[in-house]
Amino acid sequence: MATTQTLTPAMERARRASQRRNLFYLALVAVGLVAPFAAYPVFLMKMLCFALFACAFNLLLGYAGLLSFGHAAFLATGGYVTGFLLSSYPALTPELGILTGTAAAVALGAVFGVLAIRRQGIYFAMVTLALAQLMFFVFIQAPFTGGEDGLHGVPRGELFGLVSLESNLAMYYFVFAVFLIGFAIVQRAVHSPYGQVLKAIRENEPRAVSLGYNVDAYKLLAFVLSAGLAGLAGSTKTVVFQLASLTDAHWHMSGEVILMTLLGGVGTLFGPVVGGSLVVSLQHMLAQSPLGNWVSPILGAIFVVCVLSFRSGIVGELQKLIRKNFK
Amino acid sequence: MTFIKKTLASSIAVAAATSLMATTAQAEISDDAVRIGYLADMSGTYRDLAGPGGLEALEMAIEDFGGSVNGAPIEVFSADDRNSADVGANTVRGWIDQDNVDLVAGMVASSVTIAVTKVLEDNDKLGIVSGSAASSITNEHCTPNHIHWVYDTYPLANGTAKAVVEQGGDSWFMLTADYAFGHALEGDVEKVVTDNGGTIVDRIRHPFPTEDFSSYILQAQGSGAKIVGLANAGADTVNAINTASQFGLVQSGQQLAGLLVFLNDVYAMGLEATQGLLLTTGWYWNMDEASREWAERYYERVGRMPTMVQAGIYSSAMHYLKAVEATGSDDAQTVRSHMMEQPIEDFFARNGRIREDGRMVHDMYLAEVKAPADATHEWDLYEIKATIPAEEAYRPLAESKCQLVNN
Repeated sequence: MATTQTLTPAMERARRASQRRNLFYLALVAVGLVAPFAAYPVFLMKMLCFALFACAFNLLLGYAGLLSFGHAAFLATGGYVTGFLLSSYPALTPELGILTGTAAAVALGAVFGVLAIRRQGIYFAMVTLALAQLMFFVFIQAPFTGGEDGLHGVPRGELFGLVSLESNLAMYYFVFAVFLIGFAIVQRAVHSPYGQVLKAIRENEPRAVSLGYNVDAYKLLAFVLSAGLAGLAGSTKTVVFQLASLTDAHWHMSGEVILMTLLGGVGTLFGPVVGGSLVVSLQHMLAQSPLGNWVSPILGAIFVVCVLSFRSGIVGELQKLIRKNFK
Repeated sequence: MTFIKKTLASSIAVAAATSLMATTAQAEISDDAVRIGYLADMSGTYRDLAGPGGLEALEMAIEDFGGSVNGAPIEVFSADDRNSADVGANTVRGWIDQDNVDLVAGMVASSVTIAVTKVLEDNDKLGIVSGSAASSITNEHCTPNHIHWVYDTYPLANGTAKAVVEQGGDSWFMLTADYAFGHALEGDVEKVVTDNGGTIVDRIRHPFPTEDFSSYILQAQGSGAKIVGLANAGADTVNAINTASQFGLVQSGQQLAGLLVFLNDVYAMGLEATQGLLLTTGWYWNMDEASREWAERYYERVGRMPTMVQAGIYSSAMHYLKAVEATGSDDAQTVRSHMMEQPIEDFFARNGRIREDGRMVHDMYLAEVKAPADATHEWDLYEIKATIPAEEAYRPLAESKCQLVNN
C-alpha cells in the first residue's frame, strides 16, 4: 500500500528534476517523430546512425575513461556482417540481419576487450588502433566484403516480414526506434549502480580495486557494450544505405567518432547525439557548398577551437551555464 | 541546405526564339529543366584528376551548348563525395528525391561509382562515369543506367603491357598492391605479357597503402627484369615511382611501366622522377590541333592543363545534351539509347561509340614521359608513341559478364 509521506525538500527537488527530465525526453521523441516531414529522411537516418555510434563510443570514453581508437572496426563488422547476410540470404528479415551483425560486433568486442583493457591511456588507444587496423586488413582481403569496392545493393527487405522498408519514411521510423533502444541502453547503463562503479573506476582505479570491485570485469563489460552498440549503428547504417564500404573500417572513422564525442560533450548523455548530428550536417552542407574543398580544414579548425576554448563540449558547456544561472 | 544552383542562362530569350516543334518537345523534359549533378572528390587524393577542374569542364560544355536545351535551362549541382560510398550514394539519392536531378556526372573512386550506379538504377536516372578506373563498372557491375566514358583498367593494363613487350620489354617484374584491384590488374598484365611472348621474372605484393617502397624497389633492381610493372594506384604509384627515381632504377637500365598514372601525377612528380615511364592514356591535351584548342581554352579558365578525365567530362556532357536536344526528352532510357546510336567524334574521342554494356570505346594512346631536356614548357609531358584502335583497346564483349550482354 502506498502511504502518503512527507517529502523532504531534497526529495522534492529530485522528483521535480526527474519530471523535468522525462518531459524533456518526451519533447525530443516528439521532435524525432515529426522530423522526417521537415527534413530529408535519408539525411536524418544518417544523423541517427552516427549519433548512436558516438553514444556507444561515449559510453566507453565518457563513463569508463577508456579512449578507444579502434571503434571503426565494430561499426564496419556490424555493417559487413549484416550486409553480407542480407544480400546472400534474401529470406532473412532486416531485423535478424541487424541482430546478427550486432552479435558479431559483440563477439569481436569481447576479443578486443580482453586484450586491450589490460593497458591504460595511450597504450590502450594504440592496442585498439592496432587491432582495428588488423580488421581493416581482413575487410580488404576477405572475399565476402567485395574488397575496396565494398558490398552494394543490400536489400532493405521487410521488417518482421511484414512492413516494407523500401519507403524512406518507414525506414526512418525503424531507424528512429533502433536509435531510441540504443540510447535507452546507454542511459540505463549510465544511471545504474553499474554506471556508478564505472565512474568510480574512471576517477580512481586503484581505489575501486581496493573497495573490492573486479575492475577488469567492469571495464570489459563496458567495452563489449560499447562495441555492440557501435555494431548496431553500423548494421542499421548498412540497411539504410544498402551498402557497406571500407570507409567505415578506416581509422579516419575512429578519429571522426572522437571528434563527434568531444565536440558534443564527452561524459554527457546528449553530447554525442549533438556532436554526431553536427558533424554529419556540417559534412553534408559543406560538401555541397562552394566551401566544399575545405571540409577537412574547417572540421579541424572547429575541433581545435572546441578543445582549446570549451573543453566540455557543446552540451557540457550548456549544462554548466544552466547550473550557474538557474540553480 | 544550400546548394550551388547555377541557372546558366535565363530561358526566356531562348524560349522566344525556339520553333513550335521545339516547344512541343520541351513538354517531355521533366519539370522544364535539365539538371546535372557533378559528384567527385573535390578535396582528397583524386582532386587533381577530376575535382573542381572537372566541374569547370562541365560548365564549359553547358556554356558552349548555350545554357539551355530546347528552351529548358540547364542547372548544375555539385558535391564532394570525399571518396566515401555512403556520402556519394546519399548525395545522389538526395539529388534525385529533392532536386529532380536527371544526370549524374563525374564519379571517381570506384566504390563510390558502384554505389551511385545502384541508386541510379533504382530510380531510373542516368549517370556518366568519367573518373573511375575499374573495368568492373561495365562488366559485373553494369546497369542500364550508366555509361563509362574515358578509360578503364583493361586498356591501361593491356595497352601498356602489349606495347611494351612489342618494343622489346619482354621480361617483367610485377610490383602489385595486395588487394583485389591490384591482383586483377596483375592478372591482366601477366596474361598479355605471356601471350605476347614475354616472361614474368618475379612478382611481389605490397600492402595497401605503403609509404616506404625501398625494399621492393631494391628487389626489382635485383631481379634483372627489363620492365618493372606497377599494378597499383594513387599514392602507392607515386611513392613507388619516387622511390625508383631515388634508387636510380631507370638510370641503371630498367624501365617503369605505370598502369594507373595520370597527367596530374606526372606533373606533380616532375619529369626528373618520371622520365621514360610508359603509360596508356585516353587523351592528351597536346595530341592534335583540336585537343590543343580546347585545352588552351580550359587553361585560360583553370590555370592547369586538363587531364583526360576533365576532357572526357566535357565530351560526355556535350554528347548527352545533344541527345536531350534531339529526343526532346530527359528520360534516362530515351536519352541513353539515342546516345548509343550516335557515333562520338570530337576533340576527345576518335572512333567512339557506346556499347550495350555502357562502355564508351574509343582510340587509346600509348605515351612515354619525356626527359626533362626534351620538354619545352611545364605541361609538355608526354610523347604519344602509338594509337591503340578503339575496338582492340577495350575488353571484348565476348568476355563480358555484364547482364545486358547476351553471352
